[in-house]
Amino acid sequence: MEKVTKIVVMAKQVPDTRNVGKDAMTPEGTVNRAALAAIFNPEDLNALEMALQMKDRIGTATVHVLTMGPQRAADVIREAMFRGADGGYLLSGREFAGSDTLATSYALACALRKINPDIIVAGRQAIDGDTAQVGPQVAEKLALPQVTYAEELLDINSTQITIKRRLERGTEVVISPLPAVITVNSSAKECRPRNAKRVMKFKYALATSELATADDKRKAFIDERDYLHIVEFSAADVNPDPEQLGLSGSPTKVKKIENVVFQAKEAKTLSAEDADIEALMQELIASHTLG
Amino acid sequence: MANFYTDNKDLQYHLSHPLMKRIIELKERNFADAAEYDYAPQDVEDALDSYHRVLEIVGDVCGEVLAPNAEGVDHEGPRVVNDHVEYASGTVRNLEALNAAGLGGMTLPRRFDGLNMPVTCFAMANEMVARADAGFENIWGLQDCAETINEFATEEIKAKFLPRVSAGETCAMDLTEPDAGSDLGAVMLKATWDEAAGVWRLNGCKRFITNGDGDISLVLARTEEGTKDARGLSMLIYDKRDGGVKVRRIENKLGIKGSPTCELVFNNAPAVLVGDRKMGLIKYVMSLMNAARLGIAAQSTGLCEAAYREALKYAAEREQFGKAINEFAAVREMLKNMEAKTLASRAMLYETARFVDIYKQLTHISHDRSLDPEERSEMKFYNRLADGFTPLAKMFASEYANEVAYDSIQIHGGSGYMKDYACERLYRDARIMNIYEGTTQLQVVAAINHVTKGTYLEQMARYEQEPRSEATKAMAEKLVELRKVYEQVVERVETIDKETAGYKELHSRRLVEIAGYIILSHLMLRQATEVEADYLNPAKIFVKYAAKKVAEAASYINSSEASDVELFG
Repeated sequence: MEKVTKIVVMAKQVPDTRNVGKDAMTPEGTVNRAALAAIFNPEDLNALEMALQMKDRIGTATVHVLTMGPQRAADVIREAMFRGADGGYLLSGREFAGSDTLATSYALACALRKINPDIIVAGRQAIDGDTAQVGPQVAEKLALPQVTYAEELLDINSTQITIKRRLERGTEVVISPLPAVITVNSSAKECRPRNAKRVMKFKYALATSELATADDKRKAFIDERDYLHIVEFSAADVNPDPEQLGLSGSPTKVKKIENVVFQAKEAKTLSAEDADIEALMQELIASHTLG
Repeated sequence: MANFYTDNKDLQYHLSHPLMKRIIELKERNFADAAEYDYAPQDVEDALDSYHRVLEIVGDVCGEVLAPNAEGVDHEGPRVVNDHVEYASGTVRNLEALNAAGLGGMTLPRRFDGLNMPVTCFAMANEMVARADAGFENIWGLQDCAETINEFATEEIKAKFLPRVSAGETCAMDLTEPDAGSDLGAVMLKATWDEAAGVWRLNGCKRFITNGDGDISLVLARTEEGTKDARGLSMLIYDKRDGGVKVRRIENKLGIKGSPTCELVFNNAPAVLVGDRKMGLIKYVMSLMNAARLGIAAQSTGLCEAAYREALKYAAEREQFGKAINEFAAVREMLKNMEAKTLASRAMLYETARFVDIYKQLTHISHDRSLDPEERSEMKFYNRLADGFTPLAKMFASEYANEVAYDSIQIHGGSGYMKDYACERLYRDARIMNIYEGTTQLQVVAAINHVTKGTYLEQMARYEQEPRSEATKAMAEKLVELRKVYEQVVERVETIDKETAGYKELHSRRLVEIAGYIILSHLMLRQATEVEADYLNPAKIFVKYAAKKVAEAASYINSSEASDVELFG
């Protein structure tokens, strides 16, 4: 590789599970998406910042966001454009529904083969699943080296990248050849804010399927401006093996879902007797609060 | 995820004012920029949408970065290192965030990389910044110095400095000296022409200079040797990159501690002239001060908002006698009055900002082409209103900032006197607002002319003609009554003043305040007519309070004899 020209950030739109109310879960035990705001997965914002820093250092590279999801996930791409990304790719279609991490990483890998980036950056994990599997799986599928738990970009040139990793008991500095996949921790630098001029420039950016429903005036406006087009890939566009997509490509089987409903209970008064305390201990152990 | 714009419906209401359409038309001049700049709007609706989005960014940075930093900045403060200012670490982070968001040069034309937004929107941004950290607003808000450069400097000077402001460099206005505070005509800092270098050289000292070590400084200096008054003063730009100015010390202040108030020593510092010689104080500082006064009105309104919110929150959480203290009538009344004063300050601020926008923009247009007669009279009309309203806006907002901050501590009780709650910082920060950029007493001096010339009375008559809802009718009638009281006391004062010089001066603050209470009440009524659910009750509360204040001032004037001039003499 002569120089880094294309950086892709994998980002996900997730339900905001950080401040959940009592209606966060449906009675069936699934996430009640209607009750939770759809947000940019927080660690993906850290990843975007690191990608933008790479661009700042290299000067010539572009940063694009790749996201898989329904049409409204294009919001994530626009948000990234407001903060500094040059554009994005929306990977969307019914074929992808029901994907577990394996099917997701497969689909993303197919798209990435088509895009052919020099560096892939992603958040360590998403707050809806907390698996931290997708980034590493993508690296494996594309046979690229991976640097996980990245906290700081130390150096980058056309052949290698130097990253500080945040580990359980300290940090380590690693040098990886490029291309590579980097997954970024929340301890990395926070993402820069939206930029006023970029917001005004990109506010009308639409993905292809969104454009189809826009009014004629808006359509004409966007058609005259390439930078307002968000690329949209259907399943067919990325040449996948259909068997490995969506539900059929997802070996994860949900054995059981336990519906834990948060309820504010009345305070419980215990006497100072050993028996009462013993009973409480048993109760806490039984409920897996302790032990 | 605090956002000081989206959590404030009142700000959003003011952005939707009908005059905004005219302001945008003037600001965008047939939307010609759209062909050249990818961030320029296509039409009025598009521009408003962009304003809304940009203010949302400001609100986000204020809520997420500035406000959490405010306490640390207040404790740490700036310091002098090697003759220059080093900001508190929080201040540095604030500037980084605002610059990353691209919020420099908010009002500047696009050809200087600005956002070309109206003064009204800039005032909104300043209000939010001040709500987050009033001291920081001083540093950031000084970008309005660039407006003065844009209005009066040559194209060459503009092209050199304005893009730097847009990129986030900070400004200062170096006016006051040890012996020239309110009396700026006494400024002595010397500017001499250096023929060899082709620049002016500045020598002397300035004191009480906010952000005195800023990147780009507007300096008021004496270019005419041997003169002693305002006519010998000119306006110059000093560029920090050139060197020649040392920060001798930073003042240790009661409040706004994050804002470095500097004593500066100029030693052959090079500078370039803005506009014409001898017009420094007479023309340019007046323009600069008017913008700065609007800035303080915005800062004060932001402080009102912060102090009111702190009180509201505490009153809901604090329990005494088995219930939250906001259930006690005495506390509730205070809170409602604080809210009404905050809303009234804001109403006055943006009414004034809109007037400024229209006449400033027409002024800019008049530099490029001659205005038609209709535009000329429009410019004159709004110029007069802006001049009349600016001192009122500054005076009322800054006095209310003090009152609301005072009450905020009162509601916190003993805890409010401790350093544990933000209200004590707000109280200290507020105290300068009715002092700097012209004390309240000096705002009265500026405003009294408009009492005499009838600017306020004419505007009251216009407000009386505006449509009012059924629910506000009784209040509207009350305001007509108050206007008659105003006319009566003005007449009394002018009559007695003819015989006894000094009588009008003695009562000028009372006259100006009466005008102000009536005008602010009209603005509240207008809002109550438009959005009854949000504004009817605050309007009722404000009008009650205004009527009391007017009665008090009128009663004082009506019982004041000519001999009082001597009594207070």
